[in-house]
Amino acid sequence: MIAKLRSSLLAPVLAIVVSALLCALILLFSGANPIDALGAMISQVGEGQVAVDIVNSTAIYMIASIAAAIGFQMNLLNIGIEGQYRIGALVAAIVGSAIVLPAPLHWIVILIVAMIAGALWALLPAILKVTRGVHEVLSTIMMNAIAFGLAAFLIRRDQFGILIGNNVSTEPIPESGLVPGISLGDRGTVFGLVFLAVLAAALYGTTMNRTRFGFELRASGLSPTAASAGGVNAKRMIVIALLSSGAIAGLIGMPEILGRDHAYTLNFTAGYGFAALGIALLGRNHPVGIAFGSLLWAFLEKAKAALDNVGVPREIATIMQGLIVLSVVIAYEVVKRFDQAAEQRRVGRALGTITATEPAPEAAK
Amino acid sequence: MTDTDTAVRPAVELNGITKRFPGVIANSDVHLTVRPGEVHALCGENGAGKSTLMKILYGMQSPDEGTISVNGEQVHFKSPAEAIRAGIGMVHQHFMLADNLTVLENVVLGAEQMYGIGRKAKSRVRELAGATGLDVDPDTLVERLGVADRQRVEILKVLYRGAKIVILDEPTAVLVPQEVDELFDTLRTMRDDGYTFLFISHKLDEVRAIADTVTVIRRGTTVGTVDPGTVTSRQLAEMMVGSELPSPETRTSTVTDKEILRVDGLTLRTPDGRALLDSLDIVVRSGEVLGIAGVEGNGQTELVETIMGMRKASAGKVLLDGRDVTKAGTLSRREAGIGYIPEDRTRYGLLLTQPLWANRILGHQTRSPASHGFLLNVSGARSDTKRIVEQFDVRTPGIDVTAGSLSGGNQQKLVVGRELSGDPVLLIASHPTRGVDVGAQAAIWDHIRSARARGLAVLLVSADLDELIGLSDSIKVMLRGRFVADADPATVTPEDLGSAMTGAGEVDADGHGAADGDEPGADAEKAAVPATEGDKK
Repeated sequence: MIAKLRSSLLAPVLAIVVSALLCALILLFSGANPIDALGAMISQVGEGQVAVDIVNSTAIYMIASIAAAIGFQMNLLNIGIEGQYRIGALVAAIVGSAIVLPAPLHWIVILIVAMIAGALWALLPAILKVTRGVHEVLSTIMMNAIAFGLAAFLIRRDQFGILIGNNVSTEPIPESGLVPGISLGDRGTVFGLVFLAVLAAALYGTTMNRTRFGFELRASGLSPTAASAGGVNAKRMIVIALLSSGAIAGLIGMPEILGRDHAYTLNFTAGYGFAALGIALLGRNHPVGIAFGSLLWAFLEKAKAALDNVGVPREIATIMQGLIVLSVVIAYEVVKRFDQAAEQRRVGRALGTITATEPAPEAAK
Repeated sequence: MTDTDTAVRPAVELNGITKRFPGVIANSDVHLTVRPGEVHALCGENGAGKSTLMKILYGMQSPDEGTISVNGEQVHFKSPAEAIRAGIGMVHQHFMLADNLTVLENVVLGAEQMYGIGRKAKSRVRELAGATGLDVDPDTLVERLGVADRQRVEILKVLYRGAKIVILDEPTAVLVPQEVDELFDTLRTMRDDGYTFLFISHKLDEVRAIADTVTVIRRGTTVGTVDPGTVTSRQLAEMMVGSELPSPETRTSTVTDKEILRVDGLTLRTPDGRALLDSLDIVVRSGEVLGIAGVEGNGQTELVETIMGMRKASAGKVLLDGRDVTKAGTLSRREAGIGYIPEDRTRYGLLLTQPLWANRILGHQTRSPASHGFLLNVSGARSDTKRIVEQFDVRTPGIDVTAGSLSGGNQQKLVVGRELSGDPVLLIASHPTRGVDVGAQAAIWDHIRSARARGLAVLLVSADLDELIGLSDSIKVMLRGRFVADADPATVTPEDLGSAMTGAGEVDADGHGAADGDEPGADAEKAAVPATEGDKK
């Protein structure tokens, strides 16, 4: 058990240490002191609303990475999360503003609409994949492009958009559709939907490890051939996995819309979908790993503003995020091979040298 | 029999080559002597160790023991590049050509340092093209060439790199009969020009047609070198399949009259209409083992996968225990009581990176003890895995190690144990003892036999004729997607089966009298079938 924990922690820790060292080198080259830079970033957490922002972002990153991880579990690269959550958010905001229901019911309906819209945006790539063999990376990237264009069109003022101040947005969602947050006064407000992220992570973990569906999904990812011989319908799993991934992706925009913006606006945050791929990789598709990965990501994202104060370009944090993902991919491969070899040796030792206990067929001849 | 000791230094000499993989011995004490200027065939069933041996000779793997000599000098190849420098080339079964490049570009690619990429290279390619019988302009795109010409380009590639000794890995597998004849003509001409060929095949009639010397390899070791002119296909078949292995005898019949599996007119076609399975009829009864014999690639894999629901039949019916499951998916067939031992356990049987207990769930994910409804029952799966490990003698330190770290024999015992769990009514066993050591083989036979005694119906596909004859209650021989003969395992010999399987009946009828029907009595009329079948082609 301890050996297992060690091997699953080894890779991410190795990756983070290596990428931190690389970043330190880059900082040194650009003439800054890495220790100062890190200090500035850490002390930034105590400033204003930064701590609360980090918590809120962590939750959003978690939802996004779970969407990515569902695809990864069966080797599907859902690059389309970006488009799926945009469409999910836009449709949910439009529907949410058009209906009035009692409080909890109203926002539950909005969340469900977001999930359905996100899933539907993943439906076409799923169909193309199982019927025509179109690779999901290509089709989801295309769907992203369509989503960006469609969203821009739909919030035009002659469609669903209205002008509020000098910002164009959808009609605001009425009070009953908003999810109350936890106000910490000057420190900001923690989104109520932070708990949705925790719930999603718990549900995801249980589904993957404890249910038949999760087992079939993982089996399809690990060995499509063995899964098919074991009675797993590969095409069905592809459709379900992509739709689930899209449904979870639909929720990504919800904490911000139902907790802060109250509408889909021109300033809608982009980029969670792409960050999610890196975080899911970093967290090894494991719910706890994803939580820590999201926290690290959110910290780098929110604390990087402080770098300007010590004369370091804040883009260094972005470079670090990239380096982490790169190191993670390499570290996992290295650790995986090392583990496999180590286990084979261990099994060999436990049984005595394997080749000695198995006489060569007809060696006696 | 070593008849190759002549005054000439051998082109290739392998001495005592042994190669072990974790848990499997791929080659043990292999001796092979190839004279210069001959076509030397290396013959053996799939999984006998031919490819590993050739990979060793070609420098792709290094032997654990033994020596390799080329033209009398001992060599230690660390990579194919070194083998090429020593004059050895290999033509792989699957072509390694870039379609969108020309013949010239494909040949020169990677060997630019030899003659450059200009006029000199082109004239060298033209020069060699004649030898390989390639009659196209070097500037033709490879995508325009047919299979036979592509193969010639592959041969051209190794000649261009200076090979005098060419390894051909199953070169006829992709060719139609006329093309095979043309290839053989080319090989004969080239042989007369001084090239040496190592020809890997399991098709006996072809081996006899082209080879000057045949070395037979079985279960990882060379069993003999013979002159194809003095042996019959039947004798070769006997050498390939062997007969002194521990025999899996099951003589007391447990066959009942309860039909478990009935297959009617099962047909499977490729998208272009070629029949892989041609209206097959099968009945397997409770307590019966039906053996399917056949050289690999004659439809056995397709038959098994169609019965398992992994491929969709073009026509015909599959009935399990009287119930029509033709339209059912793999999972519901499994739930209806089919156990399945796939021919390739690492690709189709196991999740190698998962622990043993998770592998217990695969294929049983909807049934007790692996699950309750939608939830997995991890503790149930774990305790049942412990049972399998104990009952089937899976040698492992525990059930938390990954399946990939077990040896081949132990992986297979785990698969057999899993597939016999949950009281199946039918077991489909594809090469159940391939690549496992002798001890595990005997254990697996025992388990199949005792399950049969309890009323299990078994469809057994195997290339090991001793296994087929020893375990089966009746045998069908499969050739080109059809059943061409029935055999009674009580009276049939491996040689008879071998002839029927390889279609060697025809060859023998020409050269060595009637191959079939020389078994007096019971089998005469059944065994006559392959001869007529062979005549049709």
